[in-house]
Amino acid sequence: MSTRIGVVLFPGSNCEQDAVEAIELIGGDAEILWHGDRSVQRVDAVVVPGGFAHGDYLRPGAIARFSPVMDAVVEFADAGGPVVGVCNGFQVLTEAGLLPGALQKNRGLKFLCRTVGVRVETSDSVLTSAASVGEVLQLPINHFEGNYTCTPETLAELRADDRVVLRYTDNPNGSIDDIAGVCSAGRNVVGLMPHPERASDQLLGSTDGLPLLQSLVKSAAA
Amino acid sequence: MIFEVRVDVQLRPGIADPQGSTIERSLPALGFDGIDEVRVGKSIRFRIDAADEATARQRVDDLCARFLTNPVIEDATVEVSAGVGASA
Repeated sequence: MSTRIGVVLFPGSNCEQDAVEAIELIGGDAEILWHGDRSVQRVDAVVVPGGFAHGDYLRPGAIARFSPVMDAVVEFADAGGPVVGVCNGFQVLTEAGLLPGALQKNRGLKFLCRTVGVRVETSDSVLTSAASVGEVLQLPINHFEGNYTCTPETLAELRADDRVVLRYTDNPNGSIDDIAGVCSAGRNVVGLMPHPERASDQLLGSTDGLPLLQSLVKSAAA
Repeated sequence: MIFEVRVDVQLRPGIADPQGSTIERSLPALGFDGIDEVRVGKSIRFRIDAADEATARQRVDDLCARFLTNPVIEDATVEVSAGVGASA
C-alpha cells in the first residue's frame, strides 16, 4: 500500500502539481486537498506548496491560515502528523503558528529565482531523515519574502534544540543565521524556502530534492 | 454606534525595511537632502459597529493581533473616532 500525501491547494497556489508529480515519481500517492474543505481526508502527510495563496494580500500566508482546511492541518500536526511547507507554504505555516518566526522581504528588495546551495543541518526531522548532515543540496529558490527572522530568544531555542533543518551555504536573502528551513518542537512540521519538488528529475537540472521528498514519504509511511 | 478606524501597520524597530532603505537611497539623487529613517508601512481603514469606543477599540486590537499584523515583525497604531454619516 502506498503512502498518501495530501497537497493543499489554495486559490493562488502554483506549485501543487509539481509537488504531486515529484511525490508520485518516488512512489508516493499524492492527492490535492482543497483549501475550502474542513478535512485532510485521512492522508499520511500534508504538503503546503508554494505560490501566492489568496494573492498574498495583507501578508503572505495571512489569509491562507484562515482557510477552512488549515484547522484540520493544525489538528493533524498537533497529533504528530508530518507537515511540510515549501516557500509560500512555509509562510502559511508561520502565520498559522505551526512554526516560529516570520518571513520578511529579501534583503536587497529583489525577487530571487535561482539555484542555491543548502546544507542539511539535522537528519532528525520529517524532511531530512533520509539525508546526511553536512550534505549540500542544490535547490531552486523562487521568492520575494524569504528572509527568515525571529526574536533572539526563538533563535537561541532553535539552535539549542537542533531545529534549524537547512542553512544556505551563501545566504541569498538576508535570513537570520543563514536559515533556509526550520522544524517544530515535535520535529514533524518543517518549513523551507527552497523547492525540493523542482529538483526531482535530471530534466529539471538537479535531483537534490529527492532525499528530502524521500524522507517525507518515509515519515508518512511510519 | 459606527466608528471610523484607521490602523497603521509598521515594521517593528530592528526589522529590515528594504522598501524604506531603497526610497531613502534614491532621495539625494532627486535633490531631497537631510532625510533619513524612512520606513514604509500600511494604512488600513474601515468602519466598525460597536456599543461604545472602548468596545470598538478592544475589537480592533484583537483584530490587529490576530490578523492585520504579524506580531513577530509588525506593530500597529490604532485610531478610533466616532463615525460621520452613520445617522445621515
